[in-house]
Amino acid sequence: MAGLHFELVSPAKLLFSGDVTSVTLPGSEGEMGIFAGHAPLLSTLRPGFVTVAKDGGTPEKIFVRGGFAEVNPQGLTVLAETAIASADLNAAAMAEQIASAEAEVAAATDDEGKRKANEALDYLKGIQAAL
Amino acid sequence: MASLKDLRNRIASVKATRKITKAMQMVAAAKLRRAQEAAVAARPYSERMAVVLANLSSAVAGQAGAPQMLAGTGKDQTHLLVICTAERGLCGGFNSSITRLAREHADRLVAMGKTVKMMTVGKKGNDSLKRVYGKYIVDAVDFRGQKAVRYDNATGVGAKIISMFADGEFDVCTLFFAEFKSVISQKPTALQLIPAAVSGGKAPDLAGAVYEAEPDETEILADLLPRNISIQVFRALLENAASEQGARMSAMDNATRNAGDMINKLSIKYNRQRQAQITKELIEIISGAEAL
Repeated sequence: MAGLHFELVSPAKLLFSGDVTSVTLPGSEGEMGIFAGHAPLLSTLRPGFVTVAKDGGTPEKIFVRGGFAEVNPQGLTVLAETAIASADLNAAAMAEQIASAEAEVAAATDDEGKRKANEALDYLKGIQAAL
Repeated sequence: MASLKDLRNRIASVKATRKITKAMQMVAAAKLRRAQEAAVAARPYSERMAVVLANLSSAVAGQAGAPQMLAGTGKDQTHLLVICTAERGLCGGFNSSITRLAREHADRLVAMGKTVKMMTVGKKGNDSLKRVYGKYIVDAVDFRGQKAVRYDNATGVGAKIISMFADGEFDVCTLFFAEFKSVISQKPTALQLIPAAVSGGKAPDLAGAVYEAEPDETEILADLLPRNISIQVFRALLENAASEQGARMSAMDNATRNAGDMINKLSIKYNRQRQAQITKELIEIISGAEAL
């Protein structure tokens, strides 16, 4: 079976581009695994890890925040405002992410925005605890 | 007529100026490469974003619940012009060409009886606009003392635009910046941010399939549209940074060349004058000797 073409893009640069076996995404409505030939899909992402599985290698984990995924016949594209390879992820970087998420909670004006920002903050805190 | 000493001093000072402009040109060339790389690296994101938005907006187009950021408020009475310029001068016509485009746009709108509001990003634009258009400027942002444009800078500007829009302070938002074409050519550009102009992206061929959206399209759009504004601002800032360095590089190259020409002219003048003085002294000595 042909591989899945996967691209991970952040505003600063193209982080990953290549053929992979599968990608697991932290979708806003639950984790989902994407293989080649997936039906077209659009989904927002919650903060979490994108797991990229390649042929015969250990899966690569990348932390994303403020992300969005698109699947079309050409492959999978993830647009993320922040993306950090899990190897580079440390307590200091996480604390920075949490600080900015807390600022977002404080800045949220309506209930819906506050709920969303709080949810994102909870996920981040969970990841920080797991580090 | 200037004395020989005056000429010598002037030559020395022009030489010092040439050294400075030469150094500035080389610094700009080094910075340009970095700025250009950053601008190119940011392109995939905004391109993908345009494609996704084009997809989504065609799905919700014409629906009653379409977000205002996409469909507009239905009026075009109040216009917000976001004008991105550099923090520093000495870069040729870079800043003035952007502000000129913005001024023409503002004058046109005022003549049509619209209300104009301006938000300047960058110190130079604010400096040149505040004298005549000061009454329109509602906000001024600058990034003085920063080495490179960061994404948070853009999100900061984006958040301001979005909150103004949410408060109903304007109907149409246009972004002004200089698009980087090449080192010698930077094109001042006006880009409409709100309502979003999404015709740029081409939707991929789905072979008859329809996107599954999770959560639904409207919710995704509500999430994506504010992000799109930050992205467009970020792109504009990066393009601007590259354009500024390009403009500075060619301006300083010109200045260096002009200084060289001036040194040549002054040296010729200096030599002529020196010779004339020697001749004059000789004549004085000879005629003195003849008189005896």
